[in-house]
Amino acid sequence: MSLIYPRESLSAYPKHLSPEYKSTVKRSPSKPLILMPHTLSELTGPVYGHDVIQEGDNDLTKQGKGEPLGERIIVHGHVYDEDKRPIPDTLVEIWQANACGRYVHLVDQHPAPLDPNFTGGGRTVTDKNGYYKFITIKPGAYPWGNHHNAWRPNHIHFSVFGHSFLSRLITQMYFPGDYLFPFDPIFNSVPDEQARLRMVSSFDLDNTIPDWALAFRFDIVLRGREATPLDTDKH
Amino acid sequence: MSEIITPSQTVGPYFAYGLTPKGRLKWDPDGTYSWKETIGDNLITPDATGEKIRIEGQIVDGDGKPINDAMLEIWQADAQGRYASPYDSRRPNTQFKGFGRSAVNPNGEFGFSTIKPGSVPGPNGKPQAPHIGFCIYSRGMLRQVYTRLYFADEAANATDQILSLVPADRRDTLIAKKEVQGDTVVYRFNIRVQGDNETVFFDI
Ligand SMILES: [Fe+3]
Repeated sequence: MSLIYPRESLSAYPKHLSPEYKSTVKRSPSKPLILMPHTLSELTGPVYGHDVIQEGDNDLTKQGKGEPLGERIIVHGHVYDEDKRPIPDTLVEIWQANACGRYVHLVDQHPAPLDPNFTGGGRTVTDKNGYYKFITIKPGAYPWGNHHNAWRPNHIHFSVFGHSFLSRLITQMYFPGDYLFPFDPIFNSVPDEQARLRMVSSFDLDNTIPDWALAFRFDIVLRGREATPLDTDKH
Repeated sequence: MSEIITPSQTVGPYFAYGLTPKGRLKWDPDGTYSWKETIGDNLITPDATGEKIRIEGQIVDGDGKPINDAMLEIWQADAQGRYASPYDSRRPNTQFKGFGRSAVNPNGEFGFSTIKPGSVPGPNGKPQAPHIGFCIYSRGMLRQVYTRLYFADEAANATDQILSLVPADRRDTLIAKKEVQGDTVVYRFNIRVQGDNETVFFDI
């Protein structure tokens, strides 16, 4: 199977410069990007499998001596390509704030408590159906200095590989119905509403485990289509 | 009908403990869970053949100030020009993976230890000059930027089909300069995200 990566699919992405998000102003290219054909260097990509994963890497509630504080949740879904074919055996990495909205990172000085039982880092590999699953704690909202009274909606950072260097994606998963959506320049940097909703997980009652954890479903669609066009237009 | 793809979002400032735990993380919850690095900045495997090199550089913003919270990923062929990917039919027969990840230090500096790549096929089957693909992520970047490192000591640069797409006066931003430091061959590759002498980024 070979894949093609049409550039128009990238219209779902934010622009590099999105002035409402102030840090983009000095960190976005100002000269036009150079259009280049996709060569073997772009159409290939690394494969990370179960060799890099330790038992328990996908359960962020089991990394300390005790249980972390907060709402225990299941976050799960499928990784697909643009033709909705599952992407098996691909690395999914996440990182997030704790229930109080604080990251363990040294630079995060938000005056909310750290949780000695929570690092907020996890990873897994999709199975043969492109399915992944994490058990974690619902992250809290946190303030950031972008503008007066700026707070990030609750989110989990996701890093996914897919089939090639062209499908490589770093994104954020949001929670349904967040009241901070209208005020967040990062969320709203995605111009198209349908595309924005791709980043919002859905509440999943069917997979919620009674007396234990709420479930959220987050499917991820990566670049890549079948090389043979589906419409058989014969000239 | 194809699906809308999931949009990119910034990696933010706090990715280190998730993606580059050797980076700026000083956190070990009582040692009860040892957080292993998945992907690091040393690509050299004991069985890899070819010339061992260092790649070093600094990344700066539109004011020329170091970006102190960036992450860089590289993707390259082995010394024989083969990618460790199911989409390259000539896959390497060593453990060399060709993928690396480096967080920057507080001064915006990054580094990789790797093998100098061989030439890989390009458009129309013509060989490309040896090069390494770079993806750059940071706070303030809503999507990664893609560029390529070429080596100053490669005559093949003059005929490379991708380099020739770049205006002649900007090509220099993609050419890493060779510095020999004792026994180590270092290629210096500084990245300017914006402004005068801005690094060339590609639309892929
Ligand atoms: Fe965040």
